Amino acid sequence: MKRLLILGPLLLFILLAVFLARGLYQDPSELPSPLLGKTAPQFGLTELPSQPGETAATFSPQAMLGQVWLFNVWASWCAACREEHSILLQLADTHVLPIIGLDYKDTAADALPWLVHAGGNPYAHVAQDITGRVGIDYGVYGVPESYVIDKKGVIRYKQIGALTAKNLQDTILPLVKRLQSE
Amino acid sequence: MGLAAQEAKPLVPDPALEAQLQTLYQQLRCLVCQNQSLAESNAPLAEDLRNEIREMAATGKTQTQIVEYLVARYGDFVLYNPPVKANTLLLWIGPFVLLLIAVLVGGWVLRSSKKNLQDTPLDKAESEQLLQLLNKEMK
Amino acid sequence: MIPEIGHFALILALLMAVVQTIFPLWGAATGRLAWLALAKPAARAQFLWVALAFACLAYAFANKDYSVLYVASNSNSHLPLAYRVAALWGGHEGSLLLWAFILSLWTVAVTFFSHHLPEVTRARIIGVMGFISIGFLLFMLSVSNPFERLLPAALDGRDLNPLLQDPGMVFHPPMLYMGYVGFSVAFAFAIAALLGGELDAAWARWSRPWTTLAWVFLTIGIMGGSNWAYYELGWGGWWFWDAVENASFMPWLVGTALIHSLAVTEKRGSFKAWTVLLAIAAFSLSLLGTFLVRSGVLTSVHAFASDPQRGLFILAFLVIVIGGSLSLFAWRANHVGKGGAFDLVSRESFLLGNNVLLVVAAASVLLGTLYPLFLDTLGLGKISVGPPYFDSVFAPLMAPAIFLMGIGPIARWKESPLPELAARLRWAFGVSLVTALALPLWLGHWTPMIGLGLFLAFWVFSLSLQTLWQRLGGSGYQNLADRFSSTTLAWWGMWLAHLGVAVFILGVTIVKGFESETAVRMQVADIAHLAGFSFQFDGIKSVQGPNYIAAQASIRVTRQDTEIALLTPSKRIYTVQNMPMTEAGIAATLLGDVYASLGEKLADGSWSVRLYHKPLVDWIWAGCTLMALGGVLALSDRRYRLYKRKAVPNQALNLAPVQAAL
Repeated sequence: MKRLLILGPLLLFILLAVFLARGLYQDPSELPSPLLGKTAPQFGLTELPSQPGETAATFSPQAMLGQVWLFNVWASWCAACREEHSILLQLADTHVLPIIGLDYKDTAADALPWLVHAGGNPYAHVAQDITGRVGIDYGVYGVPESYVIDKKGVIRYKQIGALTAKNLQDTILPLVKRLQSE
Repeated sequence: MGLAAQEAKPLVPDPALEAQLQTLYQQLRCLVCQNQSLAESNAPLAEDLRNEIREMAATGKTQTQIVEYLVARYGDFVLYNPPVKANTLLLWIGPFVLLLIAVLVGGWVLRSSKKNLQDTPLDKAESEQLLQLLNKEMK
Repeated sequence: MIPEIGHFALILALLMAVVQTIFPLWGAATGRLAWLALAKPAARAQFLWVALAFACLAYAFANKDYSVLYVASNSNSHLPLAYRVAALWGGHEGSLLLWAFILSLWTVAVTFFSHHLPEVTRARIIGVMGFISIGFLLFMLSVSNPFERLLPAALDGRDLNPLLQDPGMVFHPPMLYMGYVGFSVAFAFAIAALLGGELDAAWARWSRPWTTLAWVFLTIGIMGGSNWAYYELGWGGWWFWDAVENASFMPWLVGTALIHSLAVTEKRGSFKAWTVLLAIAAFSLSLLGTFLVRSGVLTSVHAFASDPQRGLFILAFLVIVIGGSLSLFAWRANHVGKGGAFDLVSRESFLLGNNVLLVVAAASVLLGTLYPLFLDTLGLGKISVGPPYFDSVFAPLMAPAIFLMGIGPIARWKESPLPELAARLRWAFGVSLVTALALPLWLGHWTPMIGLGLFLAFWVFSLSLQTLWQRLGGSGYQNLADRFSSTTLAWWGMWLAHLGVAVFILGVTIVKGFESETAVRMQVADIAHLAGFSFQFDGIKSVQGPNYIAAQASIRVTRQDTEIALLTPSKRIYTVQNMPMTEAGIAATLLGDVYASLGEKLADGSWSVRLYHKPLVDWIWAGCTLMALGGVLALSDRRYRLYKRKAVPNQALNLAPVQAAL
């Protein structure tokens, strides 16, 4: 009994140190999404027009049923989105899958010139989420964020922060290939 | 100033409801600030979430429903008051298990100490030390 | 040139720290007395070199030397001088330098105020502290060098985080560090005692004043941080259970336990092993806190940019220091003799109970703080543990601790017959119970938490009065004077600190139970009402600060047509980082604060304003101040000064059994 009492603090500390060592290599600010494996929330939002002031169609995820697609949340006020944009443009050039944008808490007047400056429009459609309401439905908390959605409309992958060439090659594209053959 | 004093309007349409929601805000984490509750944060997302909660509450949703709605989108991370589940069991009972262990160990120490309480007479060396000490104190 | 001198001074300090560690410890182990003599001069030299490095960095800040990376990242030419210097500890590298500086300061203090210690013990203590200095100096020189140059130099600095540009920044971090680095002295005493195998009452007596002094600093530091958050964050919260707050609170809880346990060890020779363990734990938790803040394993408003390499260094150091000392404890604590025996109902048992509760409370705070990390590491999900958890776990643990705290000073040492004790407690119990039930009803509403808080506060109040009566009461003036002069400062310190706890609890209970707030949109001449006060908005003016522009509102507060205060809450935009900050407008009175915080300008030209009434909120900090003052009184006790002059006669004399018999 006494021996155990005296060794106890040391044992507890060793356990703690192991956890702390592993904790060093994790990012505490990254959150897994509870939406994985769930149907992507429905919405109907006006698309970004080609010119400011023009009327545009309404986009709904319903329209994408039967396809695997990438849903990318971006905004003209988001600094990391600009870095990510070249990756998206490259991806769009490969025509592997359609990219749908969600222009989050932004206006057409800001977004359109931004797209031009950033090198072009990689998106098949861009839905305008002016109030941020759809963003809440998707659990968006840090722009940019990206979702891979399968043929049945189920969210299969979520990326918080900018896409990189590496995680596109290593994770997203293999997943997309598998989902497309499902 | 010449202007007639008038009663300031409340910031939100329904202050009574807002007062009720205040405790709810305090239990929800502002996701972008990482370490503030919705009640404290001025981040745009916190503002949006408060608006969302306000509207849900105004349409008669209960607090449980509101919490479920947020957890479905952001996960348990959004809750500052983690619900008792398999993975939080240790968190919730841990302090009281520790207390129990501590009380048991403390009790054991007390008992063994009480056993020693029966006065053991000083042996010769000890009484001499005592005498020395007392003398020193007197000086 | 100056930064290079600073860098070089750090290297020399490291060399001195190595000398300060190796020679005294080795000399003590092998009985080479000549080596022991190196401890003092090495420690003093180490201090001088660290102080020089510190001065060099301060000079670089004051002199706006933006060719130093750390200076360029943490200050700006428009920053006022006081903040430019305080910016020294505004970031990672500088706060480590502050750590090392304060550690060397404590070490030098030990070299000056330890004439009464046997030379071997003193050498061991200084050696152990030197070892900790090595860790921190090596850390700075390897991965966190504050003197790293930036080439080409920046034209101007990136500015100190606006949140830190406050008088609080000048005092709070140094006080806090004085506190938790100060526990290194008690730690070093404990390790020295374990190494020497001399865990006797003398050891406890020597380390008591050092522990109390560190505890006083820590109390003031935590209080300052809480007060700062209260007026700076703009919504009147004073404690957030933030990971970094917890990191300073855990050593405080364990330090409080240590102070009491040391008292028992000194007076009665009991709890020796436990006291040693607490001394190790208090400092270990300080180190752990440093790790948590510096490594970024936790998300916190205080966390600096994280870097796994740095985290790994501190963790390795932590494992060596804490793991090493706990191993030493496991190896040596078995040889500790038994102390004086005591009964189930005695002052010892109450102090033991309190110790246990304080330590369990500290462990619970640790559990709550690290639990998200545990789950994440095991891949079991991401959760948050916040104020609701800590409130609901902490209160049930502290309530019995406070209850016992009231009884402790009344109970006798060794054995305190229960019927007699109960008879002495019944009045206090009655008074507290009646107050807990009646006062809230008179104030407006009653909840179990308000009732509990008031009960505990009045329990401690009334028992404090009763102990005072026991001490000083009796008949005749002569008698009173005699009793007064026979009452030690240490006793007064204890009494005042306990009274401080009651004041603190009363403040917390009343502010939590009876605060009120309202959020309004205000235009010029608008009036808002809250808790019997009227707030009239007199308009906004813009103010130009040294490195910010501000919109400042004037709000006149009246009560029954008499003007009480003019509140000037403002909203500042710090121009360098383009960051908005709120500055609350507060009018403090003995019975409570009125508090206004300015929000946004709204579309219709009005301003959103939050108004708060916080009854008795200042009692929270007044309570902490009383606790700290109590510590200072205890420190000034004549006994410690006497012992300074009169060396303890004979180490070999084992006092414990004799004292137990007395």
